[in-house]
Formats: sequence, C-alpha cells, structure tokens
Amino acid sequence: MSEDLILELKGISKIFPGVKALNNVQFKLRRGEVHALMGENGAGKSTFIKVITGVHAAEEGHMYLNGEEVHFKGTQDAQAAGIAAVYQIPTSYPELTVTENIFIGHEIIKNGLIQWNEMNKEAEKLLSRLHATFKVTEEVGALTIAQQQMVEIAKALSTNAKIILLDEPTAALTANESEELYQIVDELHEQGVSIIFISHRMEDMYRLAQRVTVFRDSQYVGTYDVDGITEADLIKAMVGREITEMYPKPKVEIGRELFHLENLSRLGYFKDVSMYVKAGEIVGLTGLVGAGRTETFQCVCGIEKADSGKIVLDGKELSIKRPRDAMNAGLILLPEDRRRQGLIMSWGLGDNVTLPIQDELAKGFFNDIQKERDLSKQYLEDVDTKAVSIFDKASTLSGGNQQKVVVAKALAQKNMKIVIMDEPTKGVDVGAKAEIYAIMGELAKKGYGIILISSDMPEVLGMSDRIYVMCKGRITGCLDIEDATQEKILELAMEQAGREV
Amino acid sequence: MKNKNSLLKKITGSREASLVIVLIVLLVVISIMSPSFLSPSNIGQIFRNNALTLLMALGMLCVMLTSGIDISITSTLAFTGMSIGLLQKYDVIHNTLLLFAIGTLIGLICGTINGLIIAKGKVAPIICTMGFMYIWRGMAYVISNNNWASGADVAGFSDFGKDGAIGPYVILTVAYIVFFVMMKWTKFGRSIYAVGSNVEAARISGINVERTIISAYSIMGMLAGIAGVLSVSIYASAQPNMQYGKEMDVIAACVIGGVSMSGGRGSVVGTFLGAIIIAVIAKALPLVGIDAIAQNLVKGAIILFVVVLNVITQRTMDKQALMRREM
Repeated sequence: MSEDLILELKGISKIFPGVKALNNVQFKLRRGEVHALMGENGAGKSTFIKVITGVHAAEEGHMYLNGEEVHFKGTQDAQAAGIAAVYQIPTSYPELTVTENIFIGHEIIKNGLIQWNEMNKEAEKLLSRLHATFKVTEEVGALTIAQQQMVEIAKALSTNAKIILLDEPTAALTANESEELYQIVDELHEQGVSIIFISHRMEDMYRLAQRVTVFRDSQYVGTYDVDGITEADLIKAMVGREITEMYPKPKVEIGRELFHLENLSRLGYFKDVSMYVKAGEIVGLTGLVGAGRTETFQCVCGIEKADSGKIVLDGKELSIKRPRDAMNAGLILLPEDRRRQGLIMSWGLGDNVTLPIQDELAKGFFNDIQKERDLSKQYLEDVDTKAVSIFDKASTLSGGNQQKVVVAKALAQKNMKIVIMDEPTKGVDVGAKAEIYAIMGELAKKGYGIILISSDMPEVLGMSDRIYVMCKGRITGCLDIEDATQEKILELAMEQAGREV
Repeated sequence: MKNKNSLLKKITGSREASLVIVLIVLLVVISIMSPSFLSPSNIGQIFRNNALTLLMALGMLCVMLTSGIDISITSTLAFTGMSIGLLQKYDVIHNTLLLFAIGTLIGLICGTINGLIIAKGKVAPIICTMGFMYIWRGMAYVISNNNWASGADVAGFSDFGKDGAIGPYVILTVAYIVFFVMMKWTKFGRSIYAVGSNVEAARISGINVERTIISAYSIMGMLAGIAGVLSVSIYASAQPNMQYGKEMDVIAACVIGGVSMSGGRGSVVGTFLGAIIIAVIAKALPLVGIDAIAQNLVKGAIILFVVVLNVITQRTMDKQALMRREM
C-alpha cells in the first residue's frame, strides 16, 4: 500500500428494516489527516460514523485499523481500539464536574478507591492541551456549549484516542467559538491525531480539512482534495444535480411600509430596537448568537412581553399580549427551534399545519376534519414536502422537510402580512435550502414583508434587500444590500465591547 | 399524498388493540374458571360498582394529557357527596336533578381552583392537588362533624342509583359519548393534546395554554363532583371517608389504558378499556378463588404486566414510524 492508512472501510452496507442506510460505501483515512465527511441530511453520514464507533454493526463490508481487519461488537471495542466520537450536542452530565465527565466509565481506581487527585491532575493536563481556561472542578452544566464540547474532546483524548470523529461540531457554536474549535482541531492535527468530521458548513471544511469524502443517498460519491475541488463541484457531488442559483432572489417591486418597530425594549435582552419592513421586501436581521434578535421577535409575536416600545402594522399600533394577538394581526413567526417550538413531533403533518387555524375552519363546536385535511394537503404540496401522506408523523421527516411543514403551517394562515423566519435553514441540507429560498422569494413576490433572522452570512447577503445588524441587544446598523459586505456586517456585529442593555 | 390510512394498519398499529386482546384473554380465562362471570347481571354489576372510577377516569385522561395529575379527586368526591348527603339529612333539598346540579357545581369549583393554582401559579400538579386532597377530605369531616348521612336520610334520592336503576348507566353512556366526540373532533380536545405534546409549540400556534390547563382540571373536578353525588345515590349513604384512596384506581385505569404520564398521549377508548380491565380484575379475583389478602398483590402484578406490554407496543409503533423515514 502506498498510502499510510490508519483506517479503511470497504464495501460497507448497513440495512435497517425497509431501508438501506449505507450501500457499499468506502472510506480511507490517512494517518494524521483531517478528513471531512459531507453530504445532505439523510445521506448516511451519521450511520457511517456509528458503524465506525461500534454503535451499529454493518451487514456487509470490512473495516481495517492499521491494516488489520477489526470487528467491533460495541462502543467499548471501538474505544479500546482508540476511536472516540464527539457529538453535535454534548452528551455530558451537567450536574457532574469536568473531571467526573472526562473520566466517566474509565475512572482511575487504585485499591478499589477512586483517585481524585490523580484524575484532577490528568484532566488539567488534557484541558491545557486544548488551552481551556475553566477549572476541572466546575460543573459541566455551568459551562458554555463550546466549553462542554472541549470537555467532550478531552474525554476522547483521555481514552488515548488516535482517531476522533466530530459530528457537526460547529452547529451550535458562534463564530468566535468556531474559531477556537478550529484551533483545537489544528493542534490535535499537529499532535498526530487523525480526525473525521461531519459538517454542513463549507467554511469548516475549507478551514480544517485536507480531504473530503462525499456521500449521497447512502452511497459513496467520491473523495477529493479540498484544494482541488470547487465549491460548485462539491455541491453538485452532494446534491446530485447542479444548483444553478442558490439564492433565487426575484425582482420585486417594493411597496409601501407595512410594519415598523419603535424603540422596542426588554430589560436584559434588547433595547431601543427600531426597524421597518416594506411590502415585498426581505429584511435580514443578523448578529452574533445572543445579540437579541430572536428575543426581539419573540416579543413582537407575543411569546414574551416587551417592557416598552411600539409595534406598528399597517399604520396601526398593535397591543400584543399573547401569540394569538400577533397571529390575528398577521404577524406569522416561523420559530428557530422546529422540534421545540415549530411542530408537535408526535403529530401528523396535517394536524400540525391546521393547528393554528382550527378555529376558523370549525363549524360551530366541531372541527371540520375534511376541510382541515384538504387544506393541509394543499399547503404541504405547495411547498413540495416529501412525505407519504399527511398522516406521517413530523418526527419521521428530515430537517429540511420539517422546515417545509413549518412554512406550510404559516402559509395556511390567511391573514398573513409579515413573515418572520428565524434561522429557517439551520440544520437543513443544501438541496432543501435552495427550495426554502425559492419559497421565500415567492412570498416576497406576493407582497408579504419578510424578516429573515439568520447567522448564515451568505444567506443573509444572498436573500436580503436590507440588512439590520444587532449587537448586545441594540441595532448597530442598517445596510442596503448594495453596500453590504461580510466584513461590514461583522464589524457592526462585534462593534464596541462594553455596551450593556 | 394519500388522505387515507389503511384500516388494517390502524388496527395492527394501535395500543387499543393490544388492550382489547388483554381484555379478551382475561375474560376467557375467567369464564372458564367461573362460567357465570359473563352473565348480563354480572356485567351490569361490574359497571355499576365501578361507575365512579369509569367516570373520573375521563377527567383524569384530560388532566394527564396536559402532563398533569390530580390526586385530590376522591377528596372532592367526598366533600361533594357529604354536602349532598347533608342537604338531604337536614331536609334542605330532595330534588334529584337539583342535587346533581349542586354537586356538579361544587366539583367544578374545586377543580377550577386546582387549575388556577397550577396554570397561573405554576405549582407542580401533584403538590397542588396533594394540598387539596387533605383540604377537601378535611372539609368533608368538618361539615359533617364526622357523622354519616344514612340510607334513611337519602331515601328518595337513592332510587336514582340503586341496584337495577338505570341512572348510573345513563350517566356513564352520556359521559363517554360526549368525551369521545370532544377529544376527537373539537378544538378543545385538540388543544389538550397539543399542550401535552409540546407546550411551547402549542403556545406559538396560538393555543391559550393556561386556559386549556385550567379547563382540564375544571372538567376533572366537575366529574369528581358528579361522581360524589352518584356515589351517595348508589351506596345510599354519605360518609366523610368515602372512596378513600381510590384515586389510585382512577390513575391506574388511565395508565393501563395507555395514557402517558408525560402528556399528549392517550385516548377515551383506551381509558375505557383500562378502567374495565381494572374492574374485571377486581371482580374476578374472588370468583376465581384468590384470597382477599392476596388481591392487591395480583392487581399490582397485572397492572405492571399491562403497562409493560403497552410500552413494548408503543416502542414497536415508534420504530415502525422511524423505519419508514428515509435514511
């Protein structure tokens, strides 16, 4: 063999009843490289990771570690072989200390007693390798998500892992935190650890990986040198078709002002937020995580209460006490967190779509089930949801399709005037993203005002007519799309530390 | 997209079906050991003797669907029943309809107080209703001064629920039909499921969460009130310790019927089957020769068995749903 491979998988197939989750895929990890694994949601990446870590056993195929064939019967086997995984959402125990979390399952024990001093020292050593600043005696629940991830990485290192798998490590991190993670990965790379990571962010791949492998529809598409492939080609490999226009922004005649906020404030969250939206306009609202964007619109939509300020729609000041008031006025929110706020996961798609409008459809005391079904079917088809029927449970759909159901739910509300989309493409794969942008463009064409809350810079720059930037609870600037650049936005988003709400 | 689920799928993939099977197995085993068990009069007896549990289980269904619980119900029942008994003992009111109306109202008020404290005060349901469990039971003792209202006191009124009268059956039938329709085809029913499944998403979808929760406890209280009046009529007496500890039977009926303790999951049909399974067990144990002292033991074992079966069915259903997901 010419290549120095630490891990090689050949002809791997994994079959779940009714579904072939992996179909004859292959993968080669060189010793000491950082290797990105990319593909749309449902391409089989997570299943593949689980085969490597011994969570799932593959029905077919061979796995070679350092050239020798291995068979993992469980996660312990993989751990013993020096393979550790760090997941997107830290799976730590929030009530336990950092040390306890790092050594859970493999505590240092002498004479039947746990050696706390030794473990604390070892944990400190591991954390200093990662340049962490927090104490090993702190409870993990008190740390930020990024710090919790460091604990997870330390845990992986504590098992002497030679191969670390990172599953969407930057999904829950802010720009700064992502940068810190990049540095950690760089250092692990320098220390000779081999790394596989899954991510939807092109940025992650360019910053970290030397090579990238793409899966599509449970199959292996190819492995490329990161330097040797263009973004367009990579997207084509992932989606299987060319996306001619990622951001299909239609030409829209911008109308009169529909909606404005005047000095909206909520103590501790945001202060003096003023902005306006015109008919047919897509207004981006961006900033770092925690800048108060979501909180502002949770107040606008009656989920939380603002302390002061005015919400004006169609020239009339609104008094919004609960979500129903905002909906009746025509302010429709597509919440950020689909699982928690957007949909009832255990319900069918149809019932989800018509939940907010069951009153309007009801005949007297009784719900009009037939009408509900017809309407929900129509709206779900309008946004091209991929599902078997309107009775499919929301939990069975992929992230992108769930987001489409959220959109259908909004569309079903007849008196919609302003659509507020909070991170509409978070966790959505690239193909479904383009479709959601297309729907957004359609809505603008129809004359709705659209507020796009997003941390995704290309998305904000690609879809908006104007961009507001928030920082520490205040609007720090408004840029016309012609003047907006990523640098200008970042500058406004991070401007002047020390300003408080 | 299809608009119809196949009927076969509905049956094979349902929790209720597994309960029906459990019930049939129970009935077959029992009638082999005691052939008279399935006689019409015996079946009638089972319904009459368990009318209170059957009735209150509907309210408990509502409460548990919102991920709550109410352990004050038999205290509400005792307070209401005692009030009704005393009204007759001291010859204030003897009109059956009026007595039912008063009982319903007392129960409704008791339940609404629970609901207000839980929804507005954000008090944990088990804590709040534990408080009222003691309070209403205590009130029943206080207002009666620990005396009974005897058979003679409630003579005319007990005709409504006495052995052979159709009163309890009418109330049960009406209640079950109303709830079946309400939970399935009305906005209120849907709101209860929505709140219990995902309170945050329900709120954002414009459901008035507080009002829904309060209504659930009001309904529970109202049914406990009606059960209190019915109890006086069926047993022809009112005493402060009536139905003491029986709230657990009501909760058990719901749990057996597949109502989830964490809310959002459960049905009227399931609740009915759960209550009937408990009733059949209680009635059959002495008939098949199990000693009175061992009856609780057997009852507990059967409850656990059914619940485990339920969990397994649910898990299979979830798995089937996941399998269809495109990977």
